[in-house]
Formats: sequence, C-alpha cells, structure tokens
Amino acid sequence: MTASIFKARQALGLCLRGSRALSQLAELPEMHQMMRQTCRDYAAKELAPIAATLDKNHTYPAKQILELGAMGVMAVEVPEELGGTGMDYLAYSLAMEEISRGCASTGVVVSVNNSLYIGPILKYGNEEQKKQWITPFTTGEKVGCFALSEPGNGSDAGAASTMAHQDGDEWVLNGTKAWITNSWEASATVVFATTDKALKHKGISAFLVPMPHPGLSLGKKEEKLGIRASSTANIILEDCRIPLGNLLGSRGAGFKIAMQTLDSGRIGIASQALGIAQAALDCAADYAHKRTAFGAPIGKMQAIQFKLADMALAIEGARLLTWKAALLKDAKKPFTKEAAMAKLAASEAATFSAHQSIQILGGMGFTTDMPAERHYRDARITEIYEGTSEIQRLVIANQVLKEYQP
Amino acid sequence: MSGRVLVGVKRVIDYAVKIRVKPDHSGVVTEGVKHSMNPFCEIAVEEAVKMKEKKLIKEVVAVSCGPQQVQETIRTALAMGADRGIHVEVSAKEYESLGPLQVSKILAALAKKEEAQLIILGKQAIDGDCNQTGQMTAALLDWPQGTFASEVTLEGGHVKVVREIDGGLETIKINTPAVLTADLRLNTPRYATLPNIMKAKKKKIANVKPADLGVELASKLQVLRVDAPPQREAGVKVESVADLVAKLKEAGTI
Repeated sequence: MTASIFKARQALGLCLRGSRALSQLAELPEMHQMMRQTCRDYAAKELAPIAATLDKNHTYPAKQILELGAMGVMAVEVPEELGGTGMDYLAYSLAMEEISRGCASTGVVVSVNNSLYIGPILKYGNEEQKKQWITPFTTGEKVGCFALSEPGNGSDAGAASTMAHQDGDEWVLNGTKAWITNSWEASATVVFATTDKALKHKGISAFLVPMPHPGLSLGKKEEKLGIRASSTANIILEDCRIPLGNLLGSRGAGFKIAMQTLDSGRIGIASQALGIAQAALDCAADYAHKRTAFGAPIGKMQAIQFKLADMALAIEGARLLTWKAALLKDAKKPFTKEAAMAKLAASEAATFSAHQSIQILGGMGFTTDMPAERHYRDARITEIYEGTSEIQRLVIANQVLKEYQP
Repeated sequence: MSGRVLVGVKRVIDYAVKIRVKPDHSGVVTEGVKHSMNPFCEIAVEEAVKMKEKKLIKEVVAVSCGPQQVQETIRTALAMGADRGIHVEVSAKEYESLGPLQVSKILAALAKKEEAQLIILGKQAIDGDCNQTGQMTAALLDWPQGTFASEVTLEGGHVKVVREIDGGLETIKINTPAVLTADLRLNTPRYATLPNIMKAKKKKIANVKPADLGVELASKLQVLRVDAPPQREAGVKVESVADLVAKLKEAGTI
C-alpha cells in the first residue's frame, strides 16, 4: 500500500470517527437517551417537588443521594470493577443536567463527588488508593469533597499557604481551606498543600484525608444566596497527621492534578448550569402560555417571544459546547479550551435565563410561590466556582493564542 | 415448571402529553409525540423482576407487538431487569387495527412456544383502555386468570392473588400456568439504573412475525370516527335549593 493511500484511509478513519462524534451532537445514542430519560424521570418525580423545601430549610438531600447512588449516578465514570457505572463523560454530563434541572443543590453534591473527589483519585491514585477511597463512595452512602481554595486564595491557586511536612512515617498538614462544598457530609477529602515552598506552584502536593479525623475540623456552614441544600464551610487543619501512603500522585504534582481535575469538573458544572437554565426556561415558557394580559396569553407578544428565543438559543449553544467538550474528553483528545468555553457559556446562559424568567413571570417571579427566584439564586454561583468567568476567559485566550503562535 | 415469565409491554403516548385528535378524525396524533411504556406494563415488569430477584422464577421475557419503535419499550423493560426481549413485528399500517384479540392470540402462541409458567400484563393500556388482553389470553390458553392484582404470592404450583374489585378486595388461589394483570397498587416500578441500562444493551431481542406464530392479524373491528370529548361548558350558580330543583326540571333532567 502506498503512503498516500494509507494517509487517505487514515483521514477517512478520522472523518468517520469525527462524523460519529458529530452525529452524537445531533442525536444522542440510544443508551444515552435512555440514561437521560431515567435521570429526567427521577428528577421530575423525586427532586423537583422537594427542591423548594430543601432550599428553604438548607436540608442536605441524604435520602435522594442514596437513591441516586443506587441508580449509579454518584460514580458515573468509575469502572464497574471499582463499583461504578462505567459510562462515559457525555453520560455524566447528561445525568448532571437532568438532576440539576430538578434540584441544583443535589446537582452540585453529585458533581463534586464525581468530578472533584473521585476524578483525581481515578486518574492519579494507585490501585490500593482507588479501592479504599473510591469504592465506598460510589453508592451514595459516602460522599467526598475537594479542598483547594483558601481564605487567602481562590483563583490564585498557586499561592496555596496550607503546608504539609513529613514527620517520620506521617505527613502533617496545617492550614485552612475555604468554600468546601459537601464538607459537612463528607467522609473524605482531597486536600492540596505546599510540600516545597521554594518550588512555588510546582511544590504543591495532593493528599487524601478521611473525615472526621484528628486535626481536621470544620468551620461554620456558610449562609449562601443559592444552592442552600448543599453545605459549604472551611476545613481547618491543625497538625493533621496522615500516613505517607495518603499522598495522591507524586510529590509536587498537586497543582497539575488540581488544574486537570478542574478541567473535567468544568464540564460537570457547565451541565449543572444547563439544568438550572433549562428549569428557568421551562418555568417561563409554561407561564407564557397561561398568563393573559391585554386579552391574550403573554406568549403571543413579541417582547416575551424574543426573551424566550434568546434563552433557548443561549441554552442550546452552551449545551452543544458542553457535549463537545465531553466527547473530546471521552476520545482522549485535548479539551481544555472547550471545557472552559462550555462552563463560561453555560453559566452565563443560566444567569441570563434565570433573570429573564423572573422578568417574564413579573411580580410572581419575585415570590417563593414560583421556582424562578430559586433558579436566579442558584444560577449565580455557577459563574464563580470551579473557575470564575474571568479565569475561563483567560484559559480560552491562552489556548487561542497558542493556536496562532507564530 | 420452566420458571419463565412472559411480560407484555406496550408502547403508548406518554401519560403527561396532551392528546390531540387528527383533523380527519381517524385517530389521535402520534407523529413526533412523546411515547413511553404503558404505566401498568411498568408495574407488570417490576413484579416479574421482583419474583426473579426472590429466586421464585428463573427468566423474565419482555414481549411487545408493533413496528420498529416498540424496541425502545422492550429495551426499557430490559433496563428494568428483564432477561431478553421478543419483538413481534407488525407493520405500521397493520398496527393501526391491532387490538386485544390479535395481541391475545400472539401472546397465547408465544406462551406455548416459550413454555411460560406465567404471563403478567398490565390490566389495561392507557390509550385503548380496553382491559381485555389479559382475559382473552387466558381464555385462549384455557389458563386461570388473576386480574386487577394488587398483591401476588407464588406458592409452589399455585398463585395467591388479591384482586381489587368494586366491593373491596378479593383473594383467590389459582393454579399455574396462569395469566395475571397488574393493577396500580401492585408495586412501585423502579427507575432503570445506569448500570442496568448499560447491561440492557447486551441483552437479546428476538424478531418474530405474527405469521410465524400462525396468527392472522385481520381485525373484524373498524374505527369509524374519533372525536375529542366536548369542551366543558361553564356552569350556572344558583342561590337556593329551590332554584336548583327548578333549573333541573327546566333542563328536563328530573
């Protein structure tokens, strides 16, 4: 076979693979459709009816997390041998969107467990660590959390001031982590601490710490604007001692682990934002049919129609970006730029849609009788956590400039 | 006993959809409309899967009659825990006139072929509301039937069935093989779990034609016309019982 025919077949192969991936954007494969439907049914019947109460009372959805665990939603990407579902990231993204459409707080609990806690251990843990720290966390009985941010640094992750030093056969951790989702319910955490200050961000390492544990305490639960059914608090480490075997990945790899974990986590949060945005659109479109003004349903008026069109457009665009990022990740191709784009687009679609949803509902949108005000409050955080919109723009610009590097 | 249970599942318009009558009044609009498994069929599948989990039976076979699309419904049954599926292929045209009598003949033939110990069906489908297939299937097979079941207990070669009847609850004991139809309170169907959806992909769905089972699909029934129920008119408020009686007399109802 000549070199040119070989190259042509290679190109065709890439085309076909590409077209399979493209057609997945146009119509999901049957298994993914079924999976999406079961999550949608669960969210509509079990989450949506209680979401307002969970939010009002700041109640962690313990029963629902167990049920979602039994459905395999708490460990979508984890291989079956470790007790997970063994599905791909596209499936995870679909599940996240449908769960969040019912209840955004439940969505973030699922997302943190899947992407931020299990994610890095699955990628960087050794076999022993995976069995010990992943398998018990696949059923919903235990959830994990991710401790990177500190009171002194969020976006500036390289400036981690939590320290870890070796003392005999133990690591000793000291410092404070802030804004940790799931902290009050978690049975373990991935913590990032500086092991070699002189190496700056190359001197940060990742550790696995069980919870509760001597030397680890929790700060007060933050009172938040939204996603109130999930707990957010400081984690305080004071001479917290853990075995040497609790180092995740190699010494100094912590920053890289954090950044790669957040890359994937972005797709999860983008999916959560899509769910919130879709719920806001559902609410507004339904209302537009029913509410009459000036003798007709308000859906007949152009001002309302333009809003609905803009909301639907923003959501569908962000959804396709999210699916593309997930498909690229599943194909083991680079997806940093697409994941950042997805998270940015989806979170801005969520805040926009929630805002317009209240506007369409008018005075009703401002009361707790309708879910619009909760979507508005829940949407807001999606532009901040797991990388602020500003950071996403920097990540995208970085990638774009690389593409044009002369 | 074979330990094999046949479960019939029907693909119907989703219960939450607002039904629209076709402009030519020949039926309802089904194109582009969301379909799902008949809710009573879900309850039937759940009951069969629970029996298998309790090791009372060995195999659950999900059956559906219709065109290509019914395979989605069979796959949902597989995702709930059925072991394999049988798709009885009926063309779209023939499907329009497919009714309980033809389906019962098909199920009866399959039950004999598969040596089924039990047939579990939903009590009725939410589109036709016929409530006939279970009863007809039992009659064709000359098997006992436990219809409107709200509780089923397998005991050796018998089934104890608690039936929901107008007067309350009736408990009967019937021999197997038998036909059961599921009523609302029999169980709460499970959500298909993600791992089971993955497993369902590998489970087999066999293709069968009604002719292979020796069944003629021609129907003796013809739908003449389908109309939507009349719009509810506004009522009239009256001030007193005397007024009410007067108005009813006026309307000729008393």
